[in-house]
Amino acid sequence: MEFETVIGLEVHVELKTDSKIFSASPNHFGAEPNTNTTVVDLGYPGVLPVVNKKAVEYGMKASMALNCEIAPVTKFDRKNYFYPDNPKAYQISQFDKPVGEHGWIEIEVDGYKKKIGITRIHLEEDAGKLTHGKGYSLVDYNRQGTPLIEIVSEPDIRTPNEAYAYLEKLKSIVQYTGVSDCKMEEGSLRCDANISLRPVGQEEFGTKTELKNLNSFNFVRKGLEYEEKRQAEVLREGGVIEQETRRFDEATGKTLLMRVKEGSDDYRYFPEPDLLDIVIDEDWKARIRAEIPELPDARKTRYIDTFGLPAYDAGVLTVTKETADFFEATVAAGAEPKQASNWIMGEVSAYLNAEGLELHETKLTAEGLAGMIALIEDGTISSKIAKTVFKELIENGGEAKKIVEDKGLVQISDESALLAIVTEILDNNPQSIDDFKNGKKKAVGFLVGQMMKATKGQANPQIVNKLLMQEIQKR
Amino acid sequence: MSRITIDEVKHVANLARLAITEEEAEQFQHQLDAIISFAEELNELDTDHVEPTSHVLDMNNVLREDEATKGLPQEEVLKNAPDSQDGYIKVPSIMD
Repeated sequence: MEFETVIGLEVHVELKTDSKIFSASPNHFGAEPNTNTTVVDLGYPGVLPVVNKKAVEYGMKASMALNCEIAPVTKFDRKNYFYPDNPKAYQISQFDKPVGEHGWIEIEVDGYKKKIGITRIHLEEDAGKLTHGKGYSLVDYNRQGTPLIEIVSEPDIRTPNEAYAYLEKLKSIVQYTGVSDCKMEEGSLRCDANISLRPVGQEEFGTKTELKNLNSFNFVRKGLEYEEKRQAEVLREGGVIEQETRRFDEATGKTLLMRVKEGSDDYRYFPEPDLLDIVIDEDWKARIRAEIPELPDARKTRYIDTFGLPAYDAGVLTVTKETADFFEATVAAGAEPKQASNWIMGEVSAYLNAEGLELHETKLTAEGLAGMIALIEDGTISSKIAKTVFKELIENGGEAKKIVEDKGLVQISDESALLAIVTEILDNNPQSIDDFKNGKKKAVGFLVGQMMKATKGQANPQIVNKLLMQEIQKR
Repeated sequence: MSRITIDEVKHVANLARLAITEEEAEQFQHQLDAIISFAEELNELDTDHVEPTSHVLDMNNVLREDEATKGLPQEEVLKNAPDSQDGYIKVPSIMD
């Protein structure tokens, strides 16, 4: 029997506000344990939460960027559960009036485009972090009260590759809006996946399992691939899929049973009595909408249309706003777009990957890169020398022209100067001339090497070749 | 006919992590039944043209600017915890 896979993703994104969603305690990653809390986060009796305006606006902004309708009235609800990651025994979340609903994003995967629906986006508070020991758990409440949005997709995803593409796109768009870093390694973006199988042609969904502990987009894909296969095997053998939560094991690439769900969760949501409704009018929406920058798809199209870039380049350059902004600044500083694209996708990206850095953590400026590209174009430096200049620019900053002058890296194109060196090298290497004349074409490579050595790589390669051929013929 | 079953009473007690005996379950069934009957009197009112509300206050958009203060000192936070270790609150092992 052939099956169709049905996947839905729940993504939690931490919002980059200065303070928590319901209290004024600091919202910073990496502080000493239990130093970023107040009595509100800790759920002391008699304290009252007050909603952080920016958290609401960030929720609106992300919702708009993800094509959601914004609720005219949004409100908070209590979700009741007992677990030591939350000292109040309830999480303030949103139940029936989430900030955003009915959104979508478009993904491109395996050569086709597809719209994935977004059911809802709601605001809520994050919980504390538990570290499990033998017979005990350690609790750090710094994260308690961090503003989150939960983005729930429609069950529109059909393959693990689509799930991966959805996450990449979602991350890219949310990063553009500036409401979150979306760093999975710091937990500012987290993903749970629901997956079920149904016989091809059947409308009704099969029983789903929920996958947790997916710590990278790649693990999401791997976990789904494993689970897809596992469920198909169980069903083909006539078995039944239990509604259960499974943990992805990074070491083995398998999903392991965590717990079987008996009935639906009973969180007894009720309206949060300590918080009032939030009414979102057209003016407020317009103000937030105006703050959303041009998003990746629009930029990609513009790069193809205005700069004549290949679709591939335009796609790579627009994944992050930082890269796209840098590319545009480089072009604005005078660089030819395709050259700028080549350097950013090539040397710049290779350097950042090798050093584990982000662009803003280096000394490279758009003017520096554009200046260097200009020097290559006008023949002042060779592309070989450019690599030396580039290294200097990205590590120590500065202006390309000045680096070239200070380090004496200007390409030698002066024929008379080069001729003198060519003559000297030919005088010292009669054997290579004989070899060349006897048909060993490789001998000229050795002579070019000698030239580059003598000029510290600064000789203009075309002129060197020309002079060598010309002088060898004369001997 | 009771408006709430014994099983529902036990379920609610379990959700609230309350251990109750059979006798108590029966006692609470009667008490909860009376409470639900009392609340049902509200159904006599015609609310067809009344917007659902969760608050009695005629206010909305009570918001705070995003300004962070300092957090409580760690020793204050840990003071009321029964046990702690290396700045963390220590709790019995949690099994899902």
